[in-house]
Formats: sequence, structure tokens, C-alpha cells
Amino acid sequence: MKERILNSPEFRMIVRSKNAISIILTVLELFIFFGFIILLAYGKEFLNQKIYGPITVGIPIGIGVIVLSWILTGIYVAWANKSYDEKVASVREKLGGE
Amino acid sequence: MLETTIGQPTLTAIIFFFLFVAGTLYITYWAAKRTRTTAEFYAAGRSITGFQNGLALAGDYMSAASFLGIAGLVALKGYDGLIYSVGFLVGWPIVMFLIAEQLRNLGKYTFADVVAYRLKQRQIRSAAATGALITVLLYLIAQMVGAGSLIKLMFGLPYEIAVIVVGALMIAYVLFGGMLATTWVQIIKAVLLLGGATILVFLILIKFGFNYVDLFSTVTNKYGEKMLEPGGLVKNPIDTISLGIALMFGTAGLPHILMRFYTVPDAKEARKSVFYATGFIGYFYILTFTIGFGAAALVGHEIISKIDKGGNMAAPLLAEALGGEIFLGFLAAVAFATILAVVAGLTLAGASAVSHDIYVGVIRRGKADEKQEVRAAKIATLILGVLAILLGIAFKGQNVAFMVGLAFAIAASANFPALLMSIIWKKFTTQGAIWSIYTGLALSVILIILSPTVWVDILKNPQPIFPLKSPAIVSFIAAFVVGIVVSLLTREKEAEEKFESEKIRSYIGIGAE
Repeated sequence: MKERILNSPEFRMIVRSKNAISIILTVLELFIFFGFIILLAYGKEFLNQKIYGPITVGIPIGIGVIVLSWILTGIYVAWANKSYDEKVASVREKLGGE
Repeated sequence: MLETTIGQPTLTAIIFFFLFVAGTLYITYWAAKRTRTTAEFYAAGRSITGFQNGLALAGDYMSAASFLGIAGLVALKGYDGLIYSVGFLVGWPIVMFLIAEQLRNLGKYTFADVVAYRLKQRQIRSAAATGALITVLLYLIAQMVGAGSLIKLMFGLPYEIAVIVVGALMIAYVLFGGMLATTWVQIIKAVLLLGGATILVFLILIKFGFNYVDLFSTVTNKYGEKMLEPGGLVKNPIDTISLGIALMFGTAGLPHILMRFYTVPDAKEARKSVFYATGFIGYFYILTFTIGFGAAALVGHEIISKIDKGGNMAAPLLAEALGGEIFLGFLAAVAFATILAVVAGLTLAGASAVSHDIYVGVIRRGKADEKQEVRAAKIATLILGVLAILLGIAFKGQNVAFMVGLAFAIAASANFPALLMSIIWKKFTTQGAIWSIYTGLALSVILIILSPTVWVDILKNPQPIFPLKSPAIVSFIAAFVVGIVVSLLTREKEAEEKFESEKIRSYIGIGAE
């Protein structure tokens, strides 16, 4: 039984899609955060530019890292709640609800 | 000019404090009747919803240090405070994408369950529990010392008494109410903290006509444009990256955070809880940033640093300036609740490492019934709680700031790599895991002792032996390299076979507890 699930195309698909989205989103998050640090280290002039009154470019970028990180978790949940859970449910059904 | 009731036990602060204590003790009484089995003691009977757990995770994570400390840092240094907030937030997406669901599906009560799932139980459990316990203890000492000093600063209560009160309450919550009481203490604290910070920001914005430009201008006119520019924090980029690694992957290796994922019924609720937690924590850090600027504009650097050099009283001083003694009393009680909730979560995580992993997993070889395990967990709670009080008093007046950094470095280097590799890598072996955990642990500890933070600042040597303040960039990478090399040298056929069947449980949750 286990062998049959493990070798079924549906199950392989589930594993592959979950791994792919996890890796893509993780790499994005790493890129955003360590990009921010590199910018802090080497892009001070850019960050210190004024955009409006006393507000510097650095402010929306710093807040942006926080907001963007949250949005990424939202994207993952939206994807998983919809497409992932559906596929999981169908594989579970095939198993006859074990 | 400097008229403040900070440092005196005001009537409002005492009333709010007793309301919180009475409320939480009532919850503990209610929870005690529902805390008999191990699943109830360690995991609140898996009855917590994703939203509730999101609040509780936020409650576990938002310590008094991140509230008072970061608000103070922003008030005194401006933009640099925001950099810290960002560092503390970015671990959460990693928890979500790599850890949360698999942890929920594969484990039972502790993250060591997952590492040990297909490897040799006893050896793995002692190694993983060691990592967990050291992380928890360091974090706990830092929290207790912080609690003693903060409560002394706010209420004028003697340090030792403050530590004993915090310790006694935390023991009561965990010992009698287990995870259910601890969770609700976290939820109440999170709501109070988010609510209190929101009101404070609202009061600031009223002063500035809801105009952030006005708020920022007031601060830059007073203290210069450097307040809105990155300052001294990022001197050495390698050191900042190292700190970033510790904060990011440390979040994903904190035992008390990981343990919370077992309180929800399934992987779907686990993932929802991370989304809510990230939202609450991110929102809170954005509020803290505003509070810091509000304090700089309306209270001023001079008074803030006069009361506490580190700026820890910036938020309370601002609360008093804007909302009077009553609001200060409320916020002081919230800070107290914040400390209590964090130490309760830590104590429970530490106790579960001792009872579930070491006592039942290693000493009893997995053969203990429910009753014995719950009793062991309660004894462990009591011992750990008393130890926390004693250590809190022993470390009075010591510089313990490095301990939180070290706890994060160990979590990132000893706990996280082994956990991640056991989840995603088929060829990971028992020896690989053990070597990885001890390498991460030993390197974190040794390098931090040789670093400027301890070798120069505390031991007063002229030159550091290890140049970076945070060891994570070395210890984190070494833990992975050692784990991979040792695994490749010691193949474990049984573990590889189990990996395939583990996939069914880990990806679709069949067989999950």
C-alpha cells in the first residue's frame, strides 16, 4: 500500500510542488534580508537620500522588509490552503481514509 | 522637569498587576482540570486554533527586551533600532517554509521527536535535548535578570523579590496548568501588549496630527538627520551577516517556539499560525519604531538616558507623558505580563526536553506510561523553575546581554541544522546528526567566549581572539558541513528506507499525532 502511494504520480507531484514553492520562497526571503544587510553596509548614500521631508529611502525599505516577509508567508498559506490541501485530500481519499 | 512616578509602585500599576495575576491564576485553575495526559500537559490537547496559536507564538516571541529595549534603541539611535526589528522578524518565513508543517506532522511534543524520528532514538535525543536545554537556560537567565532589573526600575521592588515573584508565578502556570494555561497566558499577554502599543502609537499620532513627517521632523530637528540613517550598527558587514544568520535561523531553532506547533490539531493550522504570528510581530515592530520616535520627540534623549542608560524606560516615560499615571500603570503591568509569559513558555520547553527526551526517551528507553511521564514533566518544571530563580539571583548585576545572542546562535547552529537535515535529507545519519549538533553547540560557545562581546567586554582582555561579535556565520556553516560529511561517511540503510515512508506522514499527515 505504502509503496503504491509513494510511487503514484499524484504523490510525487505533491512532494515536488511543495518542495519547489518552499525553496523558491526561502530563497526570496534570504535574498530580501541579506540584500538589506548588504545595502546597509555598502549603500548608505542610497539609503540616506531624502524622499519626502526628512524621510529617507531607508525607512520604507526597512519597513518594506518586514511587510514583504509577512506577504511571503501569506502567499505560502494561500497556495497551501488551496492547491496543496486539495491534492492532499484527493490522495487521502484514494487511500480510503486509512 | 523630571517628574515621573517610574520607580514607585503606583496604585494603578498595582491594581493592573493584580488583575493580571488573578486572571491568569484563574485560567491556570481552569486549565489544571484539563491537564492530565501528556498530550494535554505538553500540547494543550492539540486544541488550540491557528489564530490562537499565532497570538501565542507572538506572545512567546515578543519579550520585554524587544518591547522596552527596541523602543529605547530607536529612541536613542533611531534607524539602527529598525535594523534589529527586521532581524528578529525574518526568521518567521523560514519557520513557515522549511519547518512548521513537517514538524507538526512528524513530531509529538518536542523538536527532538522529529530529529530522532528515523534515527537511533537514544543518542539523538540526548544530543538534541542538550541543545534545547542550553538554549532555553541561557534565554531564561537573560529573561530573569532582565525581569529583576526592569521590575526594580519600574516598581522599585527589590531585585531578588522581583525574581522570586516572577519565578513563583511561572512555576504555578506551568506546573498546574501545563501548556493550556501557558498558551492562554501568552494570548492574554500578546493582546495586552499589542493593544497597549497601539494605544500608545495612537496617542503619539494625535500629538502630531497623524502626520509622520511632523513626527520625524521634530526628531531630526532635535537630534540631527542621522536619526533617520543607518548608523554605527553595521560597521563590519561580515559581523552583521553573522548576527543576521543567528537571528534568522535561531528563530527557527528556538525550542519554546517549535513546541507551540504541537498545540494545533494539524499542519494546516500550524501554517496558519505562522502567518498570524508573523503579522502580529511585524505590526508590533512597526509600532515600536513609532514609539521610539515618539519618545525621542516628546520625552527627549536627556531624560530617557538619565533614568536608564540603555533607554529601556523610553516607552514607559512616553506613556506617562501622554496618558498620565494611569496609562503608565497599565503599561508597567503589561511589561510585567510580557516577562511572565515568556519565562513560562521557556520553562515548559525546558521541562519537556528533560522529561520527554531525556527521562522517557533516554533513561526509560521510551517505556514510561502517561502518569509517569506527566509526573516527570512536573518534577522537571519545578526543578527548572527553582534553578531559574537561583540563576537569576546569582547573575544579578552581570552583563547578560550576550546570553540572548548566544541562545540564538546555538539555536541556529545546534538545533536548526540537525532539524532541517533530518526533515529534508535522505542520507542524514545518527552520527551525522550528533556531530552536527555538538559542533554547532561547541563552536557557538567557544567562539562567543573568544569574541569581543565576552573576551574584551566582560573578561577585559585588550584584543579579541575571534574577531566577530556573533559566532553564527562560522558555527552555522560548520554544523551543516560536519553533518553532511559525517553522514556521507556513516551510511545508515535503515534510516534511508524510513525516509521514503516518512514522506507520507510528513507531506500528507497520515499517521501524524
